[in-house]
Amino acid sequence: MKMRVAATPSPQTEFWAGCRAIVPLVVGAIPFGMIFGTLATSSGLSFAGALGMSALVFAGSSQFIALGLLAAGTPLPLIILTTFVVNLRHLLYAISLLPHIRHLPQAWKVPIGFWLTDEAFAVAIARYHQPDPSPYKHWYYLGASVLMYLNWQVFTWIGLTLGQMLPNVANWGLDFAMSVTFIGMILPYLQSHPTIAAVLVAGGVSLLTHGLPHQLGLMVAAILGMAAGVLAEKLTNLRRMHHE
Amino acid sequence: MNELLLIMGMMLVTLAIRYPVLALSGRLKLSDWFLQLLRYVPPTVLTAIVVPAVLMPTGEELSLTLANARMVGALAAVTVGLWRKNLLLTIAVGMGVFLLWQWGVVAAHH
Repeated sequence: MKMRVAATPSPQTEFWAGCRAIVPLVVGAIPFGMIFGTLATSSGLSFAGALGMSALVFAGSSQFIALGLLAAGTPLPLIILTTFVVNLRHLLYAISLLPHIRHLPQAWKVPIGFWLTDEAFAVAIARYHQPDPSPYKHWYYLGASVLMYLNWQVFTWIGLTLGQMLPNVANWGLDFAMSVTFIGMILPYLQSHPTIAAVLVAGGVSLLTHGLPHQLGLMVAAILGMAAGVLAEKLTNLRRMHHE
Repeated sequence: MNELLLIMGMMLVTLAIRYPVLALSGRLKLSDWFLQLLRYVPPTVLTAIVVPAVLMPTGEELSLTLANARMVGALAAVTVGLWRKNLLLTIAVGMGVFLLWQWGVVAAHH
């Protein structure tokens, strides 16, 4: 991710830098929002319901899974439980942001929580890990997440209206855009052996645990991958000590 | 009515995951080893989402053949991403290769 932050950051420069940084991820999310809008009404959601879900829930993968469950006639409590499990990964994001946002007033923490997505988190945490001491990095998060939010609303609506007119658009495989976007987000991390170990373990375990209900396998794989990363770090340090 | 309940329920459980930790952040103290663990959150969570989506396109079984257009597109994305280090280009090439492969190569077999 490219970071262009002014020499003397202000809330405005951070906000716009956040907007710019998330543009590629917003582009990757466009097809996803469109397909959600396109599939919504045929899955049993009303036009207003689809717009309302994107505006109030704002969690792409769980919205998709909810559509599938709705179409299959799944009872409401089970759809809500599934939403909870699918979105549990956001807890890892919230905990990761915690050391950086703890000094902010509560009024900031509500929008930061409501707008937390894979994309906004990835962009924001990269900014927080930059060494410069800008006191306005939360404005960077705000810019990134607002753009992500607006994009999701607009393309849900476009899917609901224009998407309906395209033949069979849900079967074109456009959801693959999310996979390539995430691949592009993972690659810059692969710069140390422990991270590579963490990613390999997470990927391997995710295949083995894919059969677990409600996508619980995602959490198992991520947590084992994180543990593998820390373990690999410890082993690297031990070996280094041994050599000295 | 049911729809309203569904949306409200989904909104509440999602907020219940995203917000409370942030709300209590002033009082929560994380140990060093836990912070060390958290540094691996972005790449591991994203990998755990992507790998099954790419290698198990039907959601049930592993597909490691050239008939799996998602795998071919993903390999193209990884190659371009490592080579040019440009996110937008990675997305465009990965998506382009996937669509071409799906329409050209896979469709030709049916």
